[in-house]
Parts: sequence; C-alpha cells; structure tokens
Amino acid sequence: MYRSVSLSVFLHLAFVLLTVLTLPFVQKEPITAQQLIAIDIIQISEKTQLPFAPKAREIIEKIKKEKKKERVVTKQAPPKITPKEKPDTVPLPDQLKLKKKEEKKKKQNPKEVKELIRQSSEFEKKELFDPNKIAALIDKSKEETADIQKKQSLELTQNQDSSVTLNKGITLSQQDAIKAQIYKCWNIPLGLPFDQNLLVRIKLKLKEDGSILSSEVLDHRRMNQPGQGYYKVLAESALRAVKLCDPLKMPTTGYDKWKDLQLNFDAKEMLRG
Amino acid sequence: MKKLCLIFISILFLNHSAFAVVKIDITRGNLEPLPTAISKFYVDNPSKFSPELKALELDKKISEVISNNLKRSGLFSIIDPESYIQSPRIAHAKPTFQDWALIKAQIMVSGKLVIDEKKRLRVEFRLWDVVNAKEMEGLALFATPNSWRRIAHIISDKIYERMTGELGYFDTRIIYVAESGPKDQRIKKLAIMDQDGANNKYLTLGNELVLTPRFNPASQMVTYMSYFKNLPRVYLLNIETGMQELVGDFPGMTFAPRFSPDGKKIIMSFAKDGNSDIYSMDIKSRVVEQLTSHPSIDTSPSYSSDGSQITFNSDRSGAQQIYVMKSDGSKAKRISFGQGLYGTPVWSPRGDLIAFTKIYRGKFYIGVMRSDGTGERLLTENYYQEAPSWSPNGRVLIFYRESRTKKSKTGFSTSSSLWSIDLTGYNERKIKTLTDASDPAWSGLLSK
Repeated sequence: MYRSVSLSVFLHLAFVLLTVLTLPFVQKEPITAQQLIAIDIIQISEKTQLPFAPKAREIIEKIKKEKKKERVVTKQAPPKITPKEKPDTVPLPDQLKLKKKEEKKKKQNPKEVKELIRQSSEFEKKELFDPNKIAALIDKSKEETADIQKKQSLELTQNQDSSVTLNKGITLSQQDAIKAQIYKCWNIPLGLPFDQNLLVRIKLKLKEDGSILSSEVLDHRRMNQPGQGYYKVLAESALRAVKLCDPLKMPTTGYDKWKDLQLNFDAKEMLRG
Repeated sequence: MKKLCLIFISILFLNHSAFAVVKIDITRGNLEPLPTAISKFYVDNPSKFSPELKALELDKKISEVISNNLKRSGLFSIIDPESYIQSPRIAHAKPTFQDWALIKAQIMVSGKLVIDEKKRLRVEFRLWDVVNAKEMEGLALFATPNSWRRIAHIISDKIYERMTGELGYFDTRIIYVAESGPKDQRIKKLAIMDQDGANNKYLTLGNELVLTPRFNPASQMVTYMSYFKNLPRVYLLNIETGMQELVGDFPGMTFAPRFSPDGKKIIMSFAKDGNSDIYSMDIKSRVVEQLTSHPSIDTSPSYSSDGSQITFNSDRSGAQQIYVMKSDGSKAKRISFGQGLYGTPVWSPRGDLIAFTKIYRGKFYIGVMRSDGTGERLLTENYYQEAPSWSPNGRVLIFYRESRTKKSKTGFSTSSSLWSIDLTGYNERKIKTLTDASDPAWSGLLSK
C-alpha cells in the first residue's frame, strides 16, 4: 500500500515536471511591450540639400568627370560662352526689345527638324504640321479669325436687311433652285419602310461650272452594316440622283460659298404619304 | 501651356471656318417606278441546246418573266425592249452605259444561258447601275431546263432585294379555291399555282366543298376546311405526296384553320351549339388546348410572327371586332374601334401590321392597322371582297373579290377573282386564274 502510494506520487510528480519543462503553453509569455517609433516631421528641401560628406563628394565628382569625358553628345561646335549679365544692372527699354527678339530667334531652330529626313508623300508634306511655324500659325489664325468674325458680322447685318441669306451666303431662292433640280433627278425607292431612319448625307465638291468634282456618302460605313439594306438602297438612289443632275445649275457668283455642298436626302415624308 | 491651348483653340476655329459647307435638305423626289431595262438573255453556244429547248425560246421567256414580275411589283417600270440599242451579248459582257442612259434606264439586267456537260441549264445574270456605270449584282444559277420559270422568279427576287433592301416574293406559290359551275351547284376545288398565275394545278377533285386553305411555314403542307361526307372539318394535306388526314375528331364543326409560325400547331375555331371558340392543336401529339371561352363567336385566329400573340375576331362587344390575346389565351384585348365591322385579321410576317376586312355602309374594305390598333389604313374598297393574305415579305396583300356583272333577264351574276395590293394602296392588280377563285393564301419563299 505504502509502496504503491509512493510510486503514484512519484509518477505524478514526474509527469508534472515533464509538462512544465517541455509543453509550450505552460511557459510564460515574454513581455512584449510595444516599441515606440519616433517620427520626425522634416522639410525635405532642408535635408536633401545637405552637403555630401567631403570624401563622398570627392568620389562622386571624380565619377562625373569620367562620365563627361566618355560621352559624345554631338559633333557640333561647343556652345558660345556668353558673358553673364550682372543681375543688378537695370536694362534700358531698347535693350529689352533686343532681348525679346533674341529669345524668339533662339526658339526657332530650323536645323533640328530636317524635312529631307522625313519619309512622306508630297501630299502629306503639305499637311504635315511644322512645329517651327507655330508662331507664324498663331499670328495667321488670329488674322483669319478676325477676318471671319468681321465677315459674319457683316452678313448678320445683311440678313437683318433681307432675311434670305442662309448657310453662309446661299440665299433661300438659290437653295430652292438646287432642291428643284435634285427633286427631278431623285427616284425614291418605293419599297422602303418609312418608320426607319432614312437620312442619307452626301457631300459634294463642285467645280465653278456646277459640275460635280466628287461625291461622298458621309455615313458610308452604314452601307455595309448588316441589317442596313434600306440605307444602302437609299444611298445608292441618292448617288444616282446626284449623278443624273450633274452638272448642277449653280449661282454664277460666290463659288467659295457653294463649292462644298452637303445634300441631306430624307425619304421619310414622301414614303409616309 | 497657355500657348498650347491657344494653338489648339485657334486650329479648331480655323478648321471650322475652312470646312463650313452649305447643307440642303432634300425631302422630296420622284415617286415614279424605277426605269428599268431588261435585256433579252443571250444563248452561249446554241449548238448544245436541243431542238426542244430551242423551241422554248428561253432567252426571251426568262427575261419576259422577270419583266412581268418586276412590273407587277409596281416599283419598276420596264422600258420597251424595242428601244434597246445594244445586243444582249454586249450588254452582258461589257455594256456601254451611255446607250442605256439614252433610253432613260437607271438600271439594266442582262443574262446568259448555257447548257453544261451535265445537261443542266446555267443562267447567269447581272444587274447594272446605268447611272453610276457599275455592276450591282452578278449571279449564276443551275437547274434542269424545265425549272426555267423558277430561275426567272429567283432572279426577280434578287433584283427586288438589291433594289429595295427587302426580301422578294416572286419565288412563291398561291393556294386558292377554284370555283366553277352555276351558283346553286358550285364546284370548289383546291388549286395551287405560282404567284404569277403560271403552273396551275388542282389538289382536290371537287367532290366536296373546300374552304380557307393555308400553307404551313415550310410551304409543304396545307390545312383547310372540307365538307367531306357533309361534315365540316379541318384537314391536313401534304402537297408533295397528296396524303390527307383529319385534324382532330371534334363533335361539332371546325373551321378557319391556320398554322403557328413554327408549324407545330394548328389554331382553329370549333363551333358547337351556336357558340364558337378558339382552340389550338399540337400536330404531333394531337393535344388540344382551348384558348377562348366566351359565349360569343370567336373566330379567324392568326398567330403573330413570333408566335407569342394571337389576333382573332369576336362579337363579344356586340359587334364583330378585332382582338389580340396572348398565345395561351389570356389577356384578350380589343384593338379595333372604328365604325363598321371588322373581320378576318391576319398578322403580317414582319410582325408590325394586322390586315383585316372591314364592312362599313354596305361596302367591303381591305385595310391594315398596327398590332395595337392604331394607324388604321384602308387600302381598297369594293362591293364584296375579303380574306387578305400576306406576301412573305409583308409588303403585298392578296385577297379575293366578287364583282357583279349585269345579265339581261336573270338580274346580276357574280364572279370572284384574286387581287393583290401593296401597302401603299396604289398598286392594285388582278391575278390571272383559269377559273373563278376565292380564299387565296400566299406561301413562304420557296428558295430560302
């Protein structure tokens, strides 16, 4: 009895000792106090412009010099050394003008953009945007817009007078004359459904004698779209009408005003009856 | 940055001012039919044509059939072939457009006939835009020489489609009731013919009265009403095999049958004890479904093109009017509210319109209205006319008309004939039939 009790006590003690030594949950957790991180708010400019340490500075400057020696930027002559103007001298008005002119000249650098190097057709060349002529363009645009504004204001006063001028110079009677010609030439396809969008816009370029230089359906992409059979039929009929009416009887004056013409063919009203 | 903005704005302004164009709205034009020249088709290598084929003069006949089709549509005016300057061969190979412009043609059709090694007839055709001097369409069709009429109809459809943007309706057939004999002993037979009246055939012998034949969507089967053994019932007939069967053994009278758009069901009226309602029957399973249940006369049902709705006429409001309901028979709604009586409503294959017969002040009108009942338009008026049926493209209606002719002593005699009218109401034409004709129905396009 005594022996068995002492054995049990011994074994229990051994078990408790074993658990204390080996199992992790019995271990005490280390105290983990949150570390405080100190944050200083600083102005970047002050810190980033700090002078390099004298040794580091020497090394960096050495590397810079070596790099400069290796690099060949252009074979052009080195830029002229111009004497620095003293900041404390006040320029005269004449000097100021000269200064501005010089600045402009500096901006224009025709040698930089070589036209011969660009591979483009003659047609493209005409339309290529030349960055060297921006200043000239600005000046021109100013002049042209001013002219147009003047013209428009003039037309407005004429309109108030007769109230027949529309579409930048084509009078109502002139419009009607053009319409009457097209009406006779246009065979509206009778089978078209009037509840569809039946507007075909055709752009014409005309010669001075009224003959058609070119005709173009503005929404020509729609012609080949599936489910747009009606549009194609109508567009073709409109093109036939234009061709049948060629040459158009146009006003003898003001060619600039009607050389570009847009005809909007709309069959809806007619088909609806 | 400011400068760049200024440049951008100034360029925009410059462009606007430079490309300002005069815009003119053209809202009127010529509503005359399109002046069209149809050159005689030329025969390539005539030695390959047998004497029988030569005797048929297909070169001339094919162009004639095309001319007649296009002319009947009302959309084309055919220029007299006598005025054509160019020979058919040159017209087909490389036309001189000035020659065709001289006779005021805006489009021109040319063609060529060849017999190939397999003794098949090859028909080439080209559609030319005379004004813009370009080819618009060019196709070659092969068939046995006997099928030359169908080839001509298919070519007509292609031209119609190219010039209107819609499907044609020339390669179709019409089924109708051919009538002969005196009024009290009238013989009525089912007959079928091409839409231009050619190739007429009788499908029944005339031993019993037949009425209201209707094609199925595939145009192979016909449902109609027959008084076989004096029992008015709906029958199905296979046109190719001639097989005939009864549609359901109903205890009363079945009439006014019509196929559903998918061809799987037949919708019809069933009358018993003075009341008639609308029923549908599945052709395969023969399951019958009652769609209306009203103590009035509901008849002349017709499915919408998508099969979701049914239009029918009913006197449930006290007078015969047109109604629309869902295909399961629910939500019946009256859509006709004009003066007079409305009947025989038929839904357009396009789904937009319902054609009907209107009786007002003793006159009969054929008209159309939208499926909601708005936009009623009466297309034609006569002493007696009814039973409109749509062309497959939903642009033309066929119907029958009875006309009175004065007889010396016995008073008036009547004769019935088939007529067609397009949706504009201007192009009304009589369709040639061998005998008196009534109850026409248009098939779908045979060459789909």
